[in-house]
Parts: sequence; structure tokens; C-alpha cells
Amino acid sequence: MIAIIDYGAGNIKSLQFACQRIGLDTCLTTDIPTIKQSAAIILPGVGAFKDAMDALRRHNLVGTITEEASAGKPILGICLGMQLFYEHSFENGNWQGLGLLQGNVSLLPDSVKVPHMGWNTLKHHQRNAILNAINQKAYVYFVHSYAVTDNQKEDLISSSEYGRTVPAIVQSKNITGMQFHPEKSGETGLQLLKNFGEMVS
Amino acid sequence: MLAKRIVPCLDVDRGRVVKGRKFKNIKDVADPVELAKKYNQAGADELVFYDITASSEERNIFLDVVQNVAAEIAIPFSVGGGIRSVDDIHRTLRAGADKVSINSAAVKDPQILTDAAMKFGSQCIVLSIDAKAVSTNKWQVYINGGRTDTGMDAIEWAMDGEKRGAGEIVINAIDTDGEKNGYNLELTRAISEHVNIPVIASGGAGTMGHFSNVLKTGGADAALAASVFHYGEINIAELKDFLSENSITVRREPSWK
Repeated sequence: MIAIIDYGAGNIKSLQFACQRIGLDTCLTTDIPTIKQSAAIILPGVGAFKDAMDALRRHNLVGTITEEASAGKPILGICLGMQLFYEHSFENGNWQGLGLLQGNVSLLPDSVKVPHMGWNTLKHHQRNAILNAINQKAYVYFVHSYAVTDNQKEDLISSSEYGRTVPAIVQSKNITGMQFHPEKSGETGLQLLKNFGEMVS
Repeated sequence: MLAKRIVPCLDVDRGRVVKGRKFKNIKDVADPVELAKKYNQAGADELVFYDITASSEERNIFLDVVQNVAAEIAIPFSVGGGIRSVDDIHRTLRAGADKVSINSAAVKDPQILTDAAMKFGSQCIVLSIDAKAVSTNKWQVYINGGRTDTGMDAIEWAMDGEKRGAGEIVINAIDTDGEKNGYNLELTRAISEHVNIPVIASGGAGTMGHFSNVLKTGGADAALAASVFHYGEINIAELKDFLSENSITVRREPSWK
């Protein structure tokens, strides 16, 4: 069973429906024992970085997520959930993240319309099981105003171009992040979720 | 590169999709969930559902539709019609909608845009504007399904809406709606030039050329249409081929030809 952390973030019902459709067993939860017993964790997220971190703290989940991450459990962060993995976000201030991955989160440049909203193409940087059956230039659906920067080069699996290079899929060992919404990215998105499911034993 | 979006729009009355002409003479066409699935498979990039009924018990029927759609499709969709409060927005997002589109309620009390954007994020707050020409290159905002002139300038309202927190604008040209003679390019371009958020053009699609015109000349980020899709006059896959041949970036899935 995959625990989808239900800390009040956005449209998680769609995420659960998408997982259901590809045969992944999920539950929406903030219950620490349930999260500890799960085979994998999905950290969704829509909204502001600070609010999301505050919500995780309020549910006493920061320690749990960090411990499960270092124990090697597969964890997928989606959109803001991926950004929370990093050290700091400069979204209206300077906020500390979970620090599971090296790098920060900053506003997209004003040379483009912000938020980055719509379907954009992926550019793969390395071979990786998460990209199984995902073509170069496959389209995925983005909705975000902030993006990861200063990330470790070896963590970048796939990126998109929007005013600058936007890390779209990142991975370091058991930790995977997707800046776009796989649950809203048609067939490609469902395949990506399926690929994540394959990493879950 | 960011793709231009093709957005079928489904007007829903008592759980059924309907299509009117200039908001009148409404005709029944189909089951919203079946149609949503069909458009998802056909290559639509996003869907819009408008609840055109108003009473509260019918509103619950509509929320069931929203939930059933969310269970069946893996592309984003927005929901509008009858959204009057932050609570309405919350209920609609909880039912599985990705975005909520606000029209009359924002005109009556623009604070709803700010409150909603603060609470749920601008990315899910769409300002829908019904505009009608009053003189050359001047459009005014209408509400209540195009029946009431607010006297507000459409371009100024779009700019104000962006400042207040809207993350996207749907601009519906009342004059061209349902006529199938093309989108209102001047209106769409005027709005696109004055805001820095995505603009969805609506009202007037009849041919594939109309789509390429509004996405190029009109500067729209997305084009919305209803009857040409509902009645099978334009096939979305063929439309995307056509747009692609006309140098417009459109999304494709691996399984599509």
C-alpha cells in the first residue's frame, strides 16, 4: 500500500483516482503508523511552500518523512511536494524545506508568463527506470510558479524549458520528484506513475 | 515548448450536457462523463464544465458529475457556473476539479478572487469574462449569462482580475458565441496584450482555421469550443494535425498517430 500524505494539499482525489486506474493500492493519510507501514509514500502538494511545511510540522510528519526517506522507502514528491524535498525555498521569503535533496526553489523568470501552466515537453538527461516507455519530448502538465534551482546535476533525470531549465523529474536513490502533475498528464503521466509503482516492492 | 491547448466546453444542466446558441435555445446532447472520456481519448488538453442550473439541489447533482469526471479522466478540468463563495470553490475542488472559474460573483465582489487565490493558489482560480462590443475596439463586461451589462470595460476588468489573483482568463465573446464565424480576434488580442497570465479564447469556433487564427493572431494560449466538438464537426486529432501543419505547437501522446 502507498501512503498519499493528506495534509490539505490541493486536488489529491485525482491522484488517488489515477493510481487506482493503474492498479496501485493507495490510502490518503496523515497517520504516522500507517505511513511507517506503507510500502511507499507520495507527497503531493499545491499551494504555498511555507503553508505546506507548516502543515507537515503540525501533523508531526517532518521527522517521519525524513526517517522513512533515510530508511530507503520509495518516496515520490509531486509539484510542491517535490519542492519540499529541497533545502530552501525563496517563495515570498526564505523557508527551510525537508533538505532530502541538495538545491533550492526559486521563482520562474519574468520573461515568461507565470504560473507555468499547461503542457510542456520533457528532455531526458539520463537513462532511468522512471523513464521506462517515456519518449523524449513527451508532454506532461505543469502548474507552478516556482521551480528547483542549484540542484545536483546527477539528480536531474528530465527537464523542461520555460524561461529557464526547469527540473521536471529528479531522483536521488529512493527519492523521486516530479514538478508536473503525472495524475493530470494523460497517458504519459499514468505511465510515469506506473514506473514509480514498479520501484515499490 | 509550451503547447497551445484545445479545450472542449461542456454546459451541464441537471446532469446532462447541453448546447445553446447565444445562451438561448438550449438543446440536450449527451452524458457529461461519457463525453469527457471521449474528449480525453480524442486528445483534448483540458476540459471546462459549466453548471448552467442554479438551484442548490441541482448543484449537488453537478458535484456528483464533477466527481465522476475526476475518476475517469487524467487531464485537467475546470468548473464554473454558480460559484458564489470561497466555500463553493472549496467544495468544487474537493469534488476533484483542478480549477474553478468565476464570473458574475467576481464582478459583484472582486474580493472573492483575492480570498480564493490566497486560500487555494492563483493556479486554480480562473476569471471568466463575458464581453460584448459597445463600439470599435471597446468591449463591456456582461453578467448573468450575458443578460446584464455591468458597464465595466473588459480589458480593465481582465487586468484588475489578474492583480487580484486570477491565474487564468477565459474571454468569451458574446457577439460571436454560437455563430461559428470565428473567434473575436480583436477582443482576444486586446486581452492577451494586457495581461501576463494565460488567456483562453471562447465563442465563435466553426472551422479549424478559426482555431489557428485565434491561437496565432489572437495571441490566445488556449481555444475553447463546444458545439463543433459535440456534433462531431471538428475532430480534435485532425484539428491538432492542422494546427501542427500551421506551425502551432500542440501536444501529442505516444499512442496517437
